[in-house]
Amino acid sequence: MPSVKIPPVLRQHTGGSTDVDVAGANVGEVLQALVDQHPDTKAQLFSEDGELNRFVNVYLNDEDVRVLDGLETAVKDSDTVMILPAMAGGSN
Amino acid sequence: MTPQDQIVVQEITPQEAFEELQSSDAFLLDTREPHEYAEARIEGSKLIPPAMVASEIEAAVPDKSQRILIHCRSGARSAAAAETLMSMGYEDVVNISGGIIEWTEQGLPTNSDSSLTPEQRDRYSRHTLLPEVGVDGQAKLLNAKVLLLGAGGLGAPTALYLAAAGIGKIGIVDDDVVDASNLQRQVIHKLSTVGTPKSSSAREAIENLNPDVEVVEYNFRLDASNILDVIKDYDIIVDGADNFPTRYLLNDASVRLKKPVVSASILSFDGQISTFMPYEGPCYRCLYPSPPPPELAPSCSENGVLGVMAGMMGLLQANEVMKLVLDIGEPLIGRLLLYEALGTRFTELKVRRDPECPICGPDAVDIPESEMGQFPDYDAFCGGHVGS
Repeated sequence: MPSVKIPPVLRQHTGGSTDVDVAGANVGEVLQALVDQHPDTKAQLFSEDGELNRFVNVYLNDEDVRVLDGLETAVKDSDTVMILPAMAGGSN
Repeated sequence: MTPQDQIVVQEITPQEAFEELQSSDAFLLDTREPHEYAEARIEGSKLIPPAMVASEIEAAVPDKSQRILIHCRSGARSAAAAETLMSMGYEDVVNISGGIIEWTEQGLPTNSDSSLTPEQRDRYSRHTLLPEVGVDGQAKLLNAKVLLLGAGGLGAPTALYLAAAGIGKIGIVDDDVVDASNLQRQVIHKLSTVGTPKSSSAREAIENLNPDVEVVEYNFRLDASNILDVIKDYDIIVDGADNFPTRYLLNDASVRLKKPVVSASILSFDGQISTFMPYEGPCYRCLYPSPPPPELAPSCSENGVLGVMAGMMGLLQANEVMKLVLDIGEPLIGRLLLYEALGTRFTELKVRRDPECPICGPDAVDIPESEMGQFPDYDAFCGGHVGS
């Protein structure tokens, strides 16, 4: 099964897991399967109209899916889908 | 060779060689590499690197009865070269024991191509020994001007190692004061500077480490009205900012002035780093077209960060600066390097220029300075999340 790498900010919604294995033939299906398993991840990933949020970067292995086929990008069992957040550290 | 034919190389001390060279016609042969010769050499010596000795010596010294004094750095390469010469029939070859190291330690004179002072040649010797650096590279470091945005988690280790390397001018932008909770990772500061400005605390540490470095403090926050003036005097900018607005502002300004930016961030046990080279590779906005809403971008003071993460990523930033100044190696242009500390794992992702990037894309138009760092279509821009 493809594996989804979960960034620090989402791990609270996946029970602390850094990697979640989910089934899916393309990136969209994989992310939907993740949301089905862990519903609290939905807000970070998808907007109201079902599109990937603009501030979320999703990588298939080492390529941004935006340069591939977006959510339609095909996924193999050995692939890794990575959710990449922007971080700015610091304090407030 | 049979044992009776075994070559025994004669040796003399540097002092003996020096005295002999004052008054005789002995040929002085230096068998090191060109960058070592440029850094320090003995007056009157001829350089033939070890690999070339056999093929070039006969042109340099046609008379095989001519006395040859030979040296290298420590005496090893020259001993081997002396054996080669003797096996070629040279009758009078003598190795200077201890090489140029011993020569220098005995106080004997050397010449140099470099503009480094004797103290600098000693201080930076571990750099100039590297062929990829040499005295020319060290001169580039001493002439470089690097601006650090932030003297905090990332800025602290970067500043220390760039100062150690001899970066000639380091600018530090930070309007914050040192807090005891900083000392868990901001190792440039110390107990006695708690409560004082970070920029001057950093300056003090740098000045105590390397007097070759000129430190300029910018004790204010960057905004659209001042950023161009601040960054224009520097060659490279290191982004250790603690908030998104500053990162986007820096991006827009640095692309405008074509300044490379080495950018990293850390949180918990994760770090990211990339190098943005305007128009050659992607810019920050190509990678992150929109900032996340505040609730999805916690800060270190909310989430925590392993102290060593600052060192790991800060040093990788310093490494990028070194490659850019020296023009060696492969900077992380178009590459996002992720580090995960619990597994000690690196992952590399490809970053591409965004054809629709409003800042560096082919259809981008020059935005007014007042709009640098802004997002016209994003109304809640990091509202209430401006870092301290």
